[in-house]
Amino acid sequence: MTEQFEPVIVGFLCNWCSYRAADLAGTARIHYAPNMRPIRVMCSGRVDPQFVLKALREGADGVMIAGCHPGECHYVNGNIKALRRFILLKSMLRQLGVEEGRVQLVWASASEGIILAEKVNKMTEEVRALGPLNWSEKVLGGNGHKIAESVPVAEEV
Amino acid sequence: MSEKVNPVGGERVGVYICHCGSNIAKVVDVAGVAEWAGKLPQVEVARDYKFMCSSLGQDLIEEDIKERGLTKVVVASCSPHMHEKTFRTACERGGLNPFMFEMANIREHDSWTTDDEAAATLKAKALTSAAVERVVHHQPLEPLPVEINPNTLVVGGGIAGISAALELANAGHHVYIVEREPSIGGHMAQLDKTFPTLDCSACILTPKMVDVGQHPNITLLTWSEVEKLDGYLGNFTVSVRKKARYVNEEHCTGCGICIEKCPFKVVDEVFEAGLGERKVIYRPFPQAVPKYPVIDKENCVYFLRGKCKACQKFCPTEPNSIDFEQEDQMLTFQVGNVILATGYDLFDVKRIPQYGYGKLANVFTSLEFERMVNAAGPTEGKIMLRDMETSPKSVAIVHCVGSRDENYHKYCSKICCMYSLKFAHLIHERLPDAEVYNCYIDMRTPGKGYEEFYNRLLKEGTHFIRGKVADVTNAARIPEEEGKLIVQVEDTLIGRQRRIPVDMVILSPAMEAKLDSKEVSQLFKMGCDFDGFFVERHPKLDPVATMTEGIFIAGACQGPKDVPDSVSQGAAAAARVAGLINLGTVMMEPIRASINQDLCSGCKICNNMCPYNAIIFHEDRKVSEVLTALCQGCGTCVAACPSGVISGAHFTNEQLFSQIEGILWDVRPVKELVAV
Repeated sequence: MTEQFEPVIVGFLCNWCSYRAADLAGTARIHYAPNMRPIRVMCSGRVDPQFVLKALREGADGVMIAGCHPGECHYVNGNIKALRRFILLKSMLRQLGVEEGRVQLVWASASEGIILAEKVNKMTEEVRALGPLNWSEKVLGGNGHKIAESVPVAEEV
Repeated sequence: MSEKVNPVGGERVGVYICHCGSNIAKVVDVAGVAEWAGKLPQVEVARDYKFMCSSLGQDLIEEDIKERGLTKVVVASCSPHMHEKTFRTACERGGLNPFMFEMANIREHDSWTTDDEAAATLKAKALTSAAVERVVHHQPLEPLPVEINPNTLVVGGGIAGISAALELANAGHHVYIVEREPSIGGHMAQLDKTFPTLDCSACILTPKMVDVGQHPNITLLTWSEVEKLDGYLGNFTVSVRKKARYVNEEHCTGCGICIEKCPFKVVDEVFEAGLGERKVIYRPFPQAVPKYPVIDKENCVYFLRGKCKACQKFCPTEPNSIDFEQEDQMLTFQVGNVILATGYDLFDVKRIPQYGYGKLANVFTSLEFERMVNAAGPTEGKIMLRDMETSPKSVAIVHCVGSRDENYHKYCSKICCMYSLKFAHLIHERLPDAEVYNCYIDMRTPGKGYEEFYNRLLKEGTHFIRGKVADVTNAARIPEEEGKLIVQVEDTLIGRQRRIPVDMVILSPAMEAKLDSKEVSQLFKMGCDFDGFFVERHPKLDPVATMTEGIFIAGACQGPKDVPDSVSQGAAAAARVAGLINLGTVMMEPIRASINQDLCSGCKICNNMCPYNAIIFHEDRKVSEVLTALCQGCGTCVAACPSGVISGAHFTNEQLFSQIEGILWDVRPVKELVAV
């Protein structure tokens, strides 16, 4: 029996909509893939493309950016700015050889726990199908990176 | 636990893993996570505890800060939206700056979303590790004091807005009411009776309207709309367009002679729901507040052809109150808080063509029927068919038109069952011989005295048919159906299709969000849901506040609501505002951006990014600066700055990069780049 690959996805969730959608999914006991690890930002407009690159470099297999629906942004239109940056970032990632499905931008309002859960499930399966990212080989061509064999940070240094 | 050599500036982090009874502990190995966290280099102490939010749990944090010299605290428990404040306060009691705290959400985002214990424990470790890595970079922050302007803006003069305004005004605070229509009163002014008490709607509403009109603490701006709102909690600047009435409010006595003498009539689509007429210079209804009439410019013959001026000729005031030269006025004033009570629209029944509205004359909407049974309405309270002569001998009332329907609105519109029952009662009262059929999906009558009212109707002889009406047609199949409207419905209690011939059909449409609610929500910088209703801060525990500080909501703009609920919500919003006014100064979260002026290159990219125009450019020094009072802390400029010199307090790049490293503790490359 071969063990199934469990991708690690870092999620950047905006404080007002998608973080609350994830809260609601939990409160409603909606079960979904545990692969997405959320980080709270005040607005999807705060997501610097560097965060995405950093997460991929540090071992994530995918990154999800989640914001309020267009027109519903708590900060008027931060999500639109996130969308613009996302489009540019995608073209850059393509050039680096990172598959399209690894970085996704989704919208979920505070009342859409189930929608967020579905999107996490869908993305988890898509990234699972793509397999591990292996940034050091794929992007750096094996140039200096070694992948840890589940060594906790505690034993580092 | 032994003393450790600490790599990050001598930080000593305390980590607390909450069991939340069994909510977390059932799935996550909390003791294992705590033990593991204790080995992290920056961590001084890691414990697990049954309920961290209990006073004993908080005491643990306090004691450890004092006794073990903690400099930072992490609690892994529920969502920060639940208890961040609780634990920040506990840190403060222990002598730490409240911002030296970070929360890991291992309940809503973890234990409640999976049964897989290994995966949940791994995720809990990742979230805890992320919080630890982040918290060591936390800086002490001081909350920003904001003064609250004691004036309040209430948008919408329906019963919810009236209720909110009167509560505040009676408490001694000044209120501006802005109402789009020429009079306050809203939908309640159009109704005849209110369920279940059958109080005359106008009789209970008009005294409140008069109170509003005469109150020394209320500035009433009708026939006006808010065009712009700038600022933040405590300090909003409102711009209002006061549309030209063409009647001078200073001179007009409200005698009504101009209305009497105006020679032209038009169909009143608003107040009389298209069932009656009004003059071109008009007051929507006799008890309107304020009493001044309005000239309907689009239909006024003087404005169209330059002749008439009958109103001006007959106006008895000195100087003359009619002013054809009047122009829209722009008013600007300051308020501290805003209560939105913008009300609802009724579902357009033409969207369901099989119910025949607009094609079959004797299909009416509920609002048309309200006006018809109203003694002050176009038929003076007589129930008549569209020919305005014949009384119906049989009436069918169709519930759930556009609500509880996959094709239109999925939600239950809450009030339709009750007002449909009220209609049945009023028909029995006015036309004792008429047969009344109520076609309902489910009878929903929760509320004080509501079920009793339903029982009363059961005894009054109404025919209740449980089933959703398929269509309304005039195509007769048998002689008895000739000239009638036939309601086709499956009676689900007897399991049979029925064709009910009636003279009149009343459709009970759903309450829906105002057509322009999306634009309004953007104007006030707060959210609305898919249906267009405004989103409250918390659906159960905070139903009147919104996600935007200083903006409150009341009444049917938040969701379908009856009169008592709207009144309570209006009063509740007023109480929240009064609380803020009494405080005088509130503390705001110091999550704000700031620009390092020494490093700013003056590219101005951030200037246009800011949705609040909070970033100004100093032409003399060629650098940008964030105005802290206007900044809302979204961080868009931080992410946009090409020089990386804008810092978002509490969400700095350093903090987020460390959080990313922490959250990926198990998959990170062992070493940093060797080559390159």
